[in-house]
Amino acid sequence: MSFLDYAPAPESTAVLNLRKSYGLFIGGEFVDGSGSAFPTVSPSTEEIITTVAEANEADVDRAVAAARKAYDKTWSRMSGSERGKYLFRIARILQERARELAVAETLDNGKPIRETRDVDIPLVAAWFFYYAGWADKLEYAGAGPNPRALGVAAQIIPWNFPLLMLAWKIAPALAAGNTVVLKPAETTPLTALLFAEICQQAELPPGVVNIVTGAGPTGAALVAHPDINKVAFTGSTPVGRKIAQTLAGSSTKVTLELGGKGANIIFDDAAIDQAIEGVVSGIFFNQGHVCCAGSRLLVQENIHDDVVSRLQRRLSTLRLGDPLDKNTDIGAVNSKAQLERITEIANSGDDEGAHRWSAACEIPAKGFWFPPTVFTDVHTSHRIAREEIFGPVLSVMTFRTPDEAVAKANNTPYGLSAGIWTEKASRMLSIADKLRAGVIWANTFNKFDPASPFGGFKESGYGREGGRHGLFPYLESSDWTKGGR
Amino acid sequence: MARLAIPKTYKLYIGGKFPRSESGYTFEVTTPKGDFLANAAQASRKDARDAVSAARSAQSGFAGLTAYNRGQILYRIAEVLEGRVDQFVEEIRASEGVSAQAAKKQVEQSIDTWVWYAGFADKYAQIAGNGNPVAGPYFNLSTPEPTGVVVALSPAGKTGESLLGLSAVVAPILASGNTAVVLSHPTQPLSAISFAEVLATSDVPGGVVNILTGNPEPLMPWLAAHADVNALDLAGGSEGDWVSWQQDAAETLKRVLPPSRGIPARSLERIVAFTELKTVWHTKALG
Repeated sequence: MSFLDYAPAPESTAVLNLRKSYGLFIGGEFVDGSGSAFPTVSPSTEEIITTVAEANEADVDRAVAAARKAYDKTWSRMSGSERGKYLFRIARILQERARELAVAETLDNGKPIRETRDVDIPLVAAWFFYYAGWADKLEYAGAGPNPRALGVAAQIIPWNFPLLMLAWKIAPALAAGNTVVLKPAETTPLTALLFAEICQQAELPPGVVNIVTGAGPTGAALVAHPDINKVAFTGSTPVGRKIAQTLAGSSTKVTLELGGKGANIIFDDAAIDQAIEGVVSGIFFNQGHVCCAGSRLLVQENIHDDVVSRLQRRLSTLRLGDPLDKNTDIGAVNSKAQLERITEIANSGDDEGAHRWSAACEIPAKGFWFPPTVFTDVHTSHRIAREEIFGPVLSVMTFRTPDEAVAKANNTPYGLSAGIWTEKASRMLSIADKLRAGVIWANTFNKFDPASPFGGFKESGYGREGGRHGLFPYLESSDWTKGGR
Repeated sequence: MARLAIPKTYKLYIGGKFPRSESGYTFEVTTPKGDFLANAAQASRKDARDAVSAARSAQSGFAGLTAYNRGQILYRIAEVLEGRVDQFVEEIRASEGVSAQAAKKQVEQSIDTWVWYAGFADKYAQIAGNGNPVAGPYFNLSTPEPTGVVVALSPAGKTGESLLGLSAVVAPILASGNTAVVLSHPTQPLSAISFAEVLATSDVPGGVVNILTGNPEPLMPWLAAHADVNALDLAGGSEGDWVSWQQDAAETLKRVLPPSRGIPARSLERIVAFTELKTVWHTKALG
C-alpha cells in the first residue's frame, strides 16, 4: 500500500429507499407511461438501479395539460409570497434529504460522492433558496414594468449535473410564476423522480411541476407541443440548433445553454500551483462532463514544460474508481455511448499527431471509465482543439503574447467559459474584456452560484441562468420586445 | 436660360465608401403615384458579403471606444442630421408622398431618436449589469457587451417613414458597440442613402454602419446563414419570408429579434437585445 492508497470508504446506499419502477409525474401523481419502460443503469457497475416509464406524445400532452390547468387555476392566481414559501419549503426538504440525493445522484450518474455531496446538492438547495426570495419581488428584477409569467415552460436537461440542472430550470421558472414540464436525461432520471416525491412532500399544488422521462423523441414531442410558452434547454449544440429551428416564427421564448470549448489561459507570472489546481478542476471535475470545462489549456510558451510536468504529477495523485467511495476523485463516464465518443475523439488526437499522456490508473473491470488524459503538441486545427469532447481530456497549446492568447482563446464558434491565471490584475481585466465568453473565471475555475448569471456567447446558446438575469427568460413585460430571447 | 439641375446618383454605403452595386443592377425609385425619382442600387450577395466583412473589421474598434465617446459619436449624428433637415424633408415628401409638415416631423423624430440613444450609451450597462453577491470570497460582476455584427431590416410606418424606421433600429444597435449591416426600406431607399452621407460626414468610423438598398429577399437567406453575423433584427421583415430566415439563423444560433409592428418605440430593451452578458469571477485574498 503506497501513501496514496486509502482503505475503501464507500458511502452507504442504505439511505436510499428506491422503488422497483417509477412512473411519470403528472398532475401531482405518479402515473404509468404509454411508451416502453427502460432501465437506468449505474455507470460504475452496469447494474440496473430501477426502471423508468417512457413518455410518448400522448403522455407529454397530458403533462402539458396538467401544467396548463395548474397555471390557470392555481399558480398564476397565487400571490408571489405564497409561491415563494413553497420554494423555501422545497429548499429545506432538499437540505434535509441531501445525503440521500447525493447517493442517488452518484449511483445514477457515476460522479464521485465527494462532488455530489459537496457541490451538486448544496447548490441545488441554494438555487431554490435564492429564487424563492425573488417570487414576491419580481417588479424589482429589472425585467420591465408589470412583469408576469409566460405560462407553461418545457424544460429539457442533460445528464452531467442531473439534479442541479433541474434546480437551474425549475427554481426560476416557478419563482416567476410559470408551471413546468421537465424531461430529465434518459441516463439520469433518478433524482428528478426523487424531486417529484419532494414536491409531494412539500404539498406543491398538483401540476405545477410535471416530470416526463424518456429519450430524444419525448423531448422532441415536448418542444413541438402547441400549448407551451417557453422552452429551456441545456445540452448539445446540434440539438439546440434543432430546437431553434423548430421554434422559428413562433412566439415561444427560448433559452439554450449549449456546448463549449473553454480556454484556460496561464501566464508566466501566475501562481503556478494554484493554476494547476484550477486546471485540474477545470477539466477533470465531473469527469470533464461539463459544458463550461476548460478543455483547452493555453500556456505561455516559456513555462509550458514546467506546467505540463507539474500537471502530470498532480494528475498521477488522482484516484479513479468507485464513485461512492469518499476518497474517489474521478468517477465513471456516464454511459457507454459517451465513453465511445470520448475514445473516438481522443484517438483522432493520436492520428492527427498530438502527443497523448494518461495518468496511470487501474481501470475497474466493470463500468465505463476513461483515465485523465493530457494531449500536448496540439495544433489549433486538431479535432481535440476544436470539438467538445465532454470527457477528461485536456488539449495543451502555447502562446507568446497576450494578444495571441486572446486570439487563440476566441478561435472557436463556442463562447461559454474561459479562465485566466495571472497575478497582474490590470492584465486580467484587459484579457477578460477581450474574451468572447459568458463566464470568465480569473484565478479560479468552475465556480457556480445561484446569484451569478451563467450562459454563453455565440454558438454556446442564449439566455442566462442564475441571478436576476435568470428570471428574464421566464417573464414578459408589457414593455418587453416580443419574442426573440 | 434655366439652369439644368444635377440629379444625385444613389449608391450603397459599405466600409465608409459609396460603391455602386458590383452587380451593376439598379432599380427605379418612384413616388407613390409612380413618377420616376431616381435609380438606386440593387445590392447583390457580394455587396452583402463586403458589408459583413466591413462591419466585422470595424466591430472590435468601435466596441473598444469608451462608452462616453460612443455617446458623443451618436450625438454627432443627430447634430449633422439637424443641419440637413431640408434635404431630408424634400426627399421624404417626394418618395413617401406626405406633407412637408409630416416629413419634417419624421426627420425631427429621427434626430430625437439619435439623441435619446446617444444618452444611453454610457448608462445602459449600469442598468443591465450588476455585481453578484456570491457565497464565497470572490469579486463577481456581470456586464453587458455588444453581441458583434447585427443585420437589420429597416421597418416601415404607415406612409413609409423610412428615415425614422432606419434610425429606430440602427441607433440601439450602435449604442452598445455593435456594428450593423442595414437593409433599407425596399422601395423607399433615398433617405437611407442620404443618411449614409450624414454618417460619412460625422464621426462614425467607416464600416460601423453599412447600408444596402434594394429588395432584401435575395440577400436575407444568405445573411441569415452567414457565420460572421451574430444577430438579426427582423424589425422590417413582416412582409418577407422571415420565418425561414429565422430558421436559417438557427444553424449558427444567432440572436433574432422578430418583426415589429410598425416602427419600434425607443427602449432600453432594444439595446439589451443585442448584447451578451459577461460574468467575471475573481478570487479575493489578502496575500
